[in-house]
Amino acid sequence: MYPNNYRYTKEHEWVRLEGGTATVGITDYAQHALGDVVYVELPKVGAKVTAGKSFGTVESVKAVSEIYAPVSGEVTEINASLAGAPELINSDPHGQAWLIKVKGADPAGIAGLMDSPAYQAYVAEKEKEASA
Amino acid sequence: MTAPTTTQLRKTALHSVHRRLGAKMVDFGGWDMPVEYSGIIREHLATRTAAGLFDVSHMGEIEVSGPHALDLVQHVTSNNAANLRDGQAQYSGLLTSAGTFVDDLLVHRLSYAHYLLCVNASNQDKDFEYIREHNRFGAELENAGPRYSQLAIQGPKALAILERFTPVLIAQLKYYHFTFGEVDGVPCLIARTGYTGEDGFELYFSPEHTEKLWNDLLDAGRGEGLLPCGLGARNTLRLEASMCLYGHEIDDTTTVWEAQLGWICKPNKGDFLGRDALLAQKQAGVKRLLVGFEMQERLIARDGYPVSIGGREAGRVTSGSPAPFLKKNIGMAYVPAESSATGTEIQIVVRGNEGQAKIVPTPFYKRAK
Repeated sequence: MYPNNYRYTKEHEWVRLEGGTATVGITDYAQHALGDVVYVELPKVGAKVTAGKSFGTVESVKAVSEIYAPVSGEVTEINASLAGAPELINSDPHGQAWLIKVKGADPAGIAGLMDSPAYQAYVAEKEKEASA
Repeated sequence: MTAPTTTQLRKTALHSVHRRLGAKMVDFGGWDMPVEYSGIIREHLATRTAAGLFDVSHMGEIEVSGPHALDLVQHVTSNNAANLRDGQAQYSGLLTSAGTFVDDLLVHRLSYAHYLLCVNASNQDKDFEYIREHNRFGAELENAGPRYSQLAIQGPKALAILERFTPVLIAQLKYYHFTFGEVDGVPCLIARTGYTGEDGFELYFSPEHTEKLWNDLLDAGRGEGLLPCGLGARNTLRLEASMCLYGHEIDDTTTVWEAQLGWICKPNKGDFLGRDALLAQKQAGVKRLLVGFEMQERLIARDGYPVSIGGREAGRVTSGSPAPFLKKNIGMAYVPAESSATGTEIQIVVRGNEGQAKIVPTPFYKRAK
């Protein structure tokens, strides 16, 4: 469910580092909590994002949710297909529905985030709280 | 919402069934309720095109009876309950002496001396106390919520699905009328009412039958597209039909005139709580009005967002959401009366940005008859 080569935040974003480019999205847990996604607001190419700071919003029918950057850096690309098909976030959150690509991210910062087993344990704990 | 955070959430008789169906649960007015099962959009569209089944057992019931029942109902509500016949229901307001809303409700006349009031879940105890305080007529009063479960089956296929379970000729039941009879062997009050803008029924019955009735209706209706629906779809459906929700469009700061609910206010019926204040407000002129608007761009208006007109803050969004069937972003808001005409351009402040919107006629959605 949660790819081993990704790292995860407590706010339910994921990041994947490949050749100096960090790709960022929201997790399956996040999309499920939101429900049907209908709108995504992303920064422009060239914008700076800061680790831990909001860089956009994802809106479902019911709710508005801020998305927090797992890394700092400059946006090199945004996922343009989400404007016409925001529901991709529900169907393929870890793949087709990536949100932004960032350059200049500090690899050490990424390595410090949760890995897949740690995130799965974190999510399991959240789900236990919710059904208590 | 006045949900107690330290006390246990209240549960309907279907609580474990909702969990088993994988529903996402939320605290709604102190009740642990399903917000969605398979997704708000899917459930919303099922109700518009086939049918939806809703557990609305959290709704409150108050019974007023005895020779002076009508006197009390007439005193505390704004619509004219004297016009009701046995087996007829009406939408009404439970008002403060200032003419604002304690709650909105449905008044069902069981007989001349017996009325069933259906009130909002989070208001039921407050409503009961309020009515009791004003019972100078000696009517008998019961806070009857725990004696009732309530299921709503709504949508164009609701009649066909429900007909199979009852010997009652429910096709002949008129809108806002009700009758008593068995559904699936369970004694029910069967009302042709709803909160979705569709044809449909609301069933009131004793809680021990809830699971059986829920499961049998769901099983029978699945083939026709009936889906279990949560409070998420209930909210988007009522918003498309521009029906008011307590705590959003109406509360103890808003009046029937402001909320465009003049049709539930009958000053000629005689004295009632709030009557003088409402007549005075009408005389002085109503300064703000509830309107429906449509976003002109992709931004989504949400509850509480500021409304501005020509750069000046002019009101607040009371409910805002994507409308899954209409595929538009819609909302309702209070605006100054002089800026309330259809076609007026208003701006909704979405996270610091002004989004263009236009006042449109309501209801946004009206089913074909």
